Amino acid sequence: MTTLTLGKAMNTGLRKAMENDPKVLVMGEDVGKLGGVFRITDGLQKDFGEERVIDTPLAESGIVGTAIGLALRGYRPVVEIQFDGFVFPAADQIITQLAKMRMRSLGALSLPVVVRIPCGGGIGAVEHHSESPEAYFTHTAGLRVVSCSNPVDAYSMIQQAIASPDPVIFFEPKRRYWDKAEVDTESTDWTPLHAAKVVRPGEHVTVLAYGPSVKTCLEAAAAAAEDGRSVEVIDLRSLNPLDIDTVTASVDRTGRCVVVHEAPVFNGYGAELAARITERCFYRLEAPVLRVGGFSTPYPPSRVEEQYLPDLDRILDAVDRTFAW
Amino acid sequence: MTIDSVRGAPDTPGLAEPELVQLLTPEGERVEHPDYPLDLSAEDVRGLYRDLVITRKLDLEAVALTRQGELGLWASLLGQEAAQIGSARALGEHDMVFPTYREHGVAWCRGVDPLRLLGMFRGVNHGGWDPAEHRFHLYTIVIGSQTLHATGYAMGIQRDGVLGTPSAGATIAYFGDGATSQGDVHESFVFASVFNAPIVFFCQNNQWAISEPLERQSRIPLFKRAQGYGFPGIRVDGNDVFACLAVTRRALENARTGQGPTLVEAFTYRMGAHTTTDDPTRYRLKAEEEAWKLKDPIERVKAYLVRGDLADAAFFEAVDDEAKATAKDLRERCLVLPDPGPLTIFENVYAEDHPLMTEEQERFAAYLASFEEEAS
Ligand SMILES: Cc1ncc(C[n+]2csc(CCOP(=O)(O)OP(=O)(O)O)c2C)c(N)n1
Ligand SMILES: [Mg+2]
Repeated sequence: MTTLTLGKAMNTGLRKAMENDPKVLVMGEDVGKLGGVFRITDGLQKDFGEERVIDTPLAESGIVGTAIGLALRGYRPVVEIQFDGFVFPAADQIITQLAKMRMRSLGALSLPVVVRIPCGGGIGAVEHHSESPEAYFTHTAGLRVVSCSNPVDAYSMIQQAIASPDPVIFFEPKRRYWDKAEVDTESTDWTPLHAAKVVRPGEHVTVLAYGPSVKTCLEAAAAAAEDGRSVEVIDLRSLNPLDIDTVTASVDRTGRCVVVHEAPVFNGYGAELAARITERCFYRLEAPVLRVGGFSTPYPPSRVEEQYLPDLDRILDAVDRTFAW
Repeated sequence: MTIDSVRGAPDTPGLAEPELVQLLTPEGERVEHPDYPLDLSAEDVRGLYRDLVITRKLDLEAVALTRQGELGLWASLLGQEAAQIGSARALGEHDMVFPTYREHGVAWCRGVDPLRLLGMFRGVNHGGWDPAEHRFHLYTIVIGSQTLHATGYAMGIQRDGVLGTPSAGATIAYFGDGATSQGDVHESFVFASVFNAPIVFFCQNNQWAISEPLERQSRIPLFKRAQGYGFPGIRVDGNDVFACLAVTRRALENARTGQGPTLVEAFTYRMGAHTTTDDPTRYRLKAEEEAWKLKDPIERVKAYLVRGDLADAAFFEAVDDEAKATAKDLRERCLVLPDPGPLTIFENVYAEDHPLMTEEQERFAAYLASFEEEAS
């Protein structure tokens, strides 16, 4: 066991993947000497060389497009998008090419490309540095979309994503990069990439979250426990595919469900969850599935972001409302 | 000859550093260039000096405010003052500026209150000035985007039928060396070229895009790219305020009179970190910074003024005092900038009432009020 921050766990996972497979490449803006603006690729260029850890020109469409070409040639590129808000120049390559080439080739082509995106807010940043664009990608068939919430998962999930034969959009909760946990870097006995995890068992209400919101939900659950309310928290980990069985097993027991994410609620990922849970657990539900998220506005300036982000109080408020129905 | 499969042949043609337009040497000596005659009065030069000094001072103040936690971030223009002041003082009232996030000197010349720039980096808003007021568009953070906006705006000017008349304006798009790799920048070159749009592409090649050196963006000098798109490109000493003024003036005049786009590459250097969160010691050598320090854009103007007896000690002192006072005033006003209220999150998302905004705003207001009820 080693104590690692989430950022360092990512770094260690990437390193393992590069050691285990010489075809794994890391590419992106400032990922080389600088080690990335969040230092996730720190030291990799020094140890694996400039041919495998590539400082690319400043062009996201170019980065993803050439990663596709490298994948066609047998490599496994791991692409870093510097910040969530800068994935959009690459959206065309991701949506029209990366996601669809397998089908276009009748299954002949695989694109094992991982697109890493630091996501979410809460770091006091300027515009475009705090967004949660996951729904754009979960809506795009052909992509797998996952989001880690803690160092243990960061370490294993990045390696599993790299091993995936399909393209994976990998969201990293940037404000949790500095969170620490014990990580067993020797073991490979990992939860499957696309399985959800019950991270806090409970009886009265199920709270679903992923990425940066998981920690907030755990804190909310602890606070609720003081009021005698037992909250079960599930870390979805994988958004597409979704491990719906773990979710419904929980909601069938609790009869209440709150979904939490930082992205705007309107047409957000929570809408899909609410619809599916309603279909599967209709007669077990004591209240509608409630959603807590960002407002349906652009991400606000940092001086008001605390108001925008789902916090303990807003989660608890939603939990309360499921009991008031 | 062995060829490095990644870097290419060592003597690739076009890699030798080309000439740049210079009118004032780093030592402060005035030199003539056949294509760029420039006639400046002593008053003009003193004005440029004042702009340079005040801009640098305001920038340093913003860095200090960031260190003290008053701003979330700042992108310093240190070292790029001449490129910005020179080009901006070439602008006329009808011209329209499309900046990146580092054009504080240009903003100054356009009369934008520097407090507005600070507001954005403090996190009070995402921009917050009216671009029409000073013909200075909002700062753009997504690298390269604004070059297309500038091109489209220029196509609008063209369609207004004013080119060649006294009310003709051009647009000027600022961007960095790193930006030249973006698809948007290439596309703006293509559009501007085929439509002969009245635009000046002003690239501040400050040698770095965060940690990546110019060679990661281009194998040929950037200004030479213009040729491939079919319009002139020129490299200017970006630390020479005279040359930047003269070259931009000419390019703007060409644009306003219907002669189409020009790419100006201002060869300069980012003396500071990329932003206040960056640590350049991880990727570049102190020696490089030291070498560029000798080409300081302000020192050479001062030397020129002194050498020609165009300014006395009292003038320099007065400028310093003014800079300090302006910075102090900026600091004071920054510290009392009010935070936006929580309900402002829902403002300005749509032009007219929007049911979802109203619903969420009302619900959030009620939610906030519930805490007050609890407290009372
Ligand atoms: C589309 C996009 N990708 C990445 C970034 C992150 N980023 C901010 S500034 C920068 C480097 C820009 O370099 P350059 O164009 O040379 O301008 P400079 O900062 O040197 O003025 C990067 C990569 C961004 N803002 N936008
Ligand atoms: Mg640059």
